[in-house]
Amino acid sequence: MLIAQQLVNSLMLGSVYVTVAVAFTLTIGILNFLNFTIPTLFMLAGMMGWAFAERGLPFGLSGPLPWPLALALAIVVAIVASLVVERFTFRYLKARYGDATEHAIPLVSSLGFLLIFENLVRIAYGTDAQRFPGPEADLSVEIGGLFVRLPQVVSLVVALAIVLALTILLRRSNIGRGLRAIAENPDAATILGVDVHRIVPVVFVLTGVLCGLAGALFAISYGEVSPTMGDDIGTKAIAGMVVGGLGSIWGAVLGGLIVALTETMTINYFGADTVQVAVWGLLLLVLLLRPQGLFGHNAIGKGKL
Amino acid sequence: MGGYWSGILAILAINVIFAYGIFLPVATGQLNLGGAGFQAVGAYAAAYMSYTYDWPVALTLILAMVVTGGIGFAVAFPILRLRGVYLVLGTFAFAEVVAGLILNSETLGGAIGLPVPAFVDYEVPVVLAALVTLFVFYLMATRFGLVMRAVHDDEVVSDLMGVSLRGVKVAAFAVGAGLCGLAGGLYAHTFTYVEIQAFNALVSINVLLFVLLGGTQTAFGPLIGAAFFTLLPEALRVLLPQLQASVASLFGAAGDMRAPDDSWRFVILGCVTVLMMVFRPEGLVTRTLVERFKPRRRSGLAAAEASA
Repeated sequence: MLIAQQLVNSLMLGSVYVTVAVAFTLTIGILNFLNFTIPTLFMLAGMMGWAFAERGLPFGLSGPLPWPLALALAIVVAIVASLVVERFTFRYLKARYGDATEHAIPLVSSLGFLLIFENLVRIAYGTDAQRFPGPEADLSVEIGGLFVRLPQVVSLVVALAIVLALTILLRRSNIGRGLRAIAENPDAATILGVDVHRIVPVVFVLTGVLCGLAGALFAISYGEVSPTMGDDIGTKAIAGMVVGGLGSIWGAVLGGLIVALTETMTINYFGADTVQVAVWGLLLLVLLLRPQGLFGHNAIGKGKL
Repeated sequence: MGGYWSGILAILAINVIFAYGIFLPVATGQLNLGGAGFQAVGAYAAAYMSYTYDWPVALTLILAMVVTGGIGFAVAFPILRLRGVYLVLGTFAFAEVVAGLILNSETLGGAIGLPVPAFVDYEVPVVLAALVTLFVFYLMATRFGLVMRAVHDDEVVSDLMGVSLRGVKVAAFAVGAGLCGLAGGLYAHTFTYVEIQAFNALVSINVLLFVLLGGTQTAFGPLIGAAFFTLLPEALRVLLPQLQASVASLFGAAGDMRAPDDSWRFVILGCVTVLMMVFRPEGLVTRTLVERFKPRRRSGLAAAEASA
């Protein structure tokens, strides 16, 4: 029964990892771009949700908003921030000067944005963790002796639903076909009439939606947000993505859950301090022994946009 | 010289050495986002020997360099099989594993850290930074430096020309790790205390940004990058309080909420990074720029090299 309870806990913990890991894997799979702003967008959504709900809109435009509205606005903020990142990482990239570190330019820009967003939030709202005024986070039910927290069930369901919607979008729609064409070969996609500059922002909108939702779900299910909440989740999501295989969406889902399971099991048997070693050791092992992860494609890291 | 300036000089010197440690692998096209991990190894090696066995500073520094270089050499073989994004993730993961292991090690003080009895004043890091700078300039002028640049510019062609890709990359990575370790050892003796929280992911990110923004084509890059971004916050220290208050009021935050002083410095570093990547992704100092300031008799050669 203890093991079953651990599994349930991992599933709950994993839902946030999964959503963020899918955002990572989407940008890597399509643009070959490790977007370091993703954890920051997640944090931004949580912190802005808290700020809107507790303090109202900036410039004194309104009083405190009800929390669902605040979270919806926070997701919009994450999407807008993500589009700003797109402008400066892909849109205005000047030259390809063709040496070995060239692929790192968007990555380095995203590191810059990570510093900007995180520190602006710190400046505006301080460094302390804040209590999110959402629904009661401890709302829980007991099913067959297992202790299940309702907000986290909602998170898991929402996370899986959005991943499913994303898969359908990629498989069935025109935009999805365009995105997959870019992932395969950006030059050929351009020649065949895919408007790369119209369709790349879609990736960033999706990133913003995923991170925003994850941040909102986190705020609801844990009832607490802080400017550093993205760091931990970001590292776990990266680990999940690598385990699942770069560029594979369902791989990221499974990877996120595996990382959550590793985490709960490590805490259970070795204590909280060893989690970092376990998760990153797992990541390093997978990278060295099976870089393509469980479901990844070998092609990731070769094509360039 | 006052304590304020000697402190800044010491930090500057450590950052320059650290930046050169990251520069060497980057100069062969390998992005190393695990700088903090190597620095932590060096810092803890020096701190442990100084604290437990009371070794003299010279010995602990040499040990820090050798141990970190050895670890760099050992991890280079598996880790340099990775490329691009995978390598960035691999080095990043390495740094996190190192931090996690130190955090869980009782001999190394765990989360509390280790005190370092031996203090060195700013002269030691400054002299060592000058030596390291000369060493890297010399290295870049040798045949090995030429090979490094060739690998950076085009791996396939270098391979065809008979360059041992793996040898060059492993050597650059290991020597770079050794320099990171030296920077770590100096850090331990300058601040006389090491705790693992000081070697976090942000440190790795910053030092990589110093190098990339300074420019990876010549050995001037890391020097300029580290100097610029270490001295910039000091120059800004006067301006910050006013700026901070105005932005806080923009967001409707309460006036008494004080953000840490470092925040603005990072916002500016972030903005500079983003703008540099848009307008000058090669970094501040490029090969062409250096050639322009060289004596005229070499200009023919320079033009040939720049266009190659």
